[in-house]
Amino acid sequence: MQIDPRGPRFGAAITTLVLAIVLLTRSSWLLGAQAIVFALGAFSTSPYSLLYKRFVRSRLGPPRELEDATPPRFAQGVGLGFAIVGLIGFAAGITPLALGATAAALLAAFLNAAFGLCLGCEMYLIIRRLQPGRTQ
Amino acid sequence: MHSSMTGIVVLGVTLVAGVIIGFLMRRRDGKVRAVKQEVGESAVTRDDLGADLGERATLVQFSTAFCQPCRATRRILHDVAEMVPGVRHVEIDAESRLDLVRRFDVLRTPTVLVVDKAGHVVKRASGLPRKADVIAALGVAVDGSSHESSHQSDSV
Repeated sequence: MQIDPRGPRFGAAITTLVLAIVLLTRSSWLLGAQAIVFALGAFSTSPYSLLYKRFVRSRLGPPRELEDATPPRFAQGVGLGFAIVGLIGFAAGITPLALGATAAALLAAFLNAAFGLCLGCEMYLIIRRLQPGRTQ
Repeated sequence: MHSSMTGIVVLGVTLVAGVIIGFLMRRRDGKVRAVKQEVGESAVTRDDLGADLGERATLVQFSTAFCQPCRATRRILHDVAEMVPGVRHVEIDAESRLDLVRRFDVLRTPTVLVVDKAGHVVKRASGLPRKADVIAALGVAVDGSSHESSHQSDSV
């Protein structure tokens, strides 16, 4: 599937804001909501993308080029992983774990929003390299 | 009071780290670097690529499905290979060739290896490279191959 690359970047900007509020308020509910957004982005369509399509794209004009939907989708999955670790941290009362995982997801979202850099995508090959024995 | 302070500090540190990482990555991205010929480093062969090496040079691109700039890189390298005679562009799916990924220490995609006609890696770049930089690197790969091989015979 081909998508407008500005969609995921817009989503990353909102994600950055939401996770910043999580850090400041320590609201596990808000982190839970963001986890659901990550899950929808990874397996279906991100609500932030729908917001982008509905309210933003019409004001911007057509994109210069389209891009594959797979990398940003994978990155949403990585975000979901961090959000789940953060929720476990909140539930278990391990605040450093909760804040650390939230900060890691925030870092990835911020790099995507501000620099167009997909940290989750960058990690993909390194993770695959660590898995032994699956060479063909 | 104390807990909200921690949040502000963590947020600040994360954002500052993000800005630093972002600028560093942006500076490094796509930069074509020279590769020192290490003793014992094996040359790229026809069997590695599953395709013939180019007559004068080969642009070996490592890609994955989860890679945003791979498509644009493919387009640039394809154009360069069309433009410069004797140069071939070979794209490798990093996931199915983890042996090559480890051998050439590929950490990110896209990674581009500029390989001379003898199969030696003379330059490499990770991230989306600029077309002009690739062409300049090819100049070195094509001119430098005789020099490179004489240098190698010195060290052996």
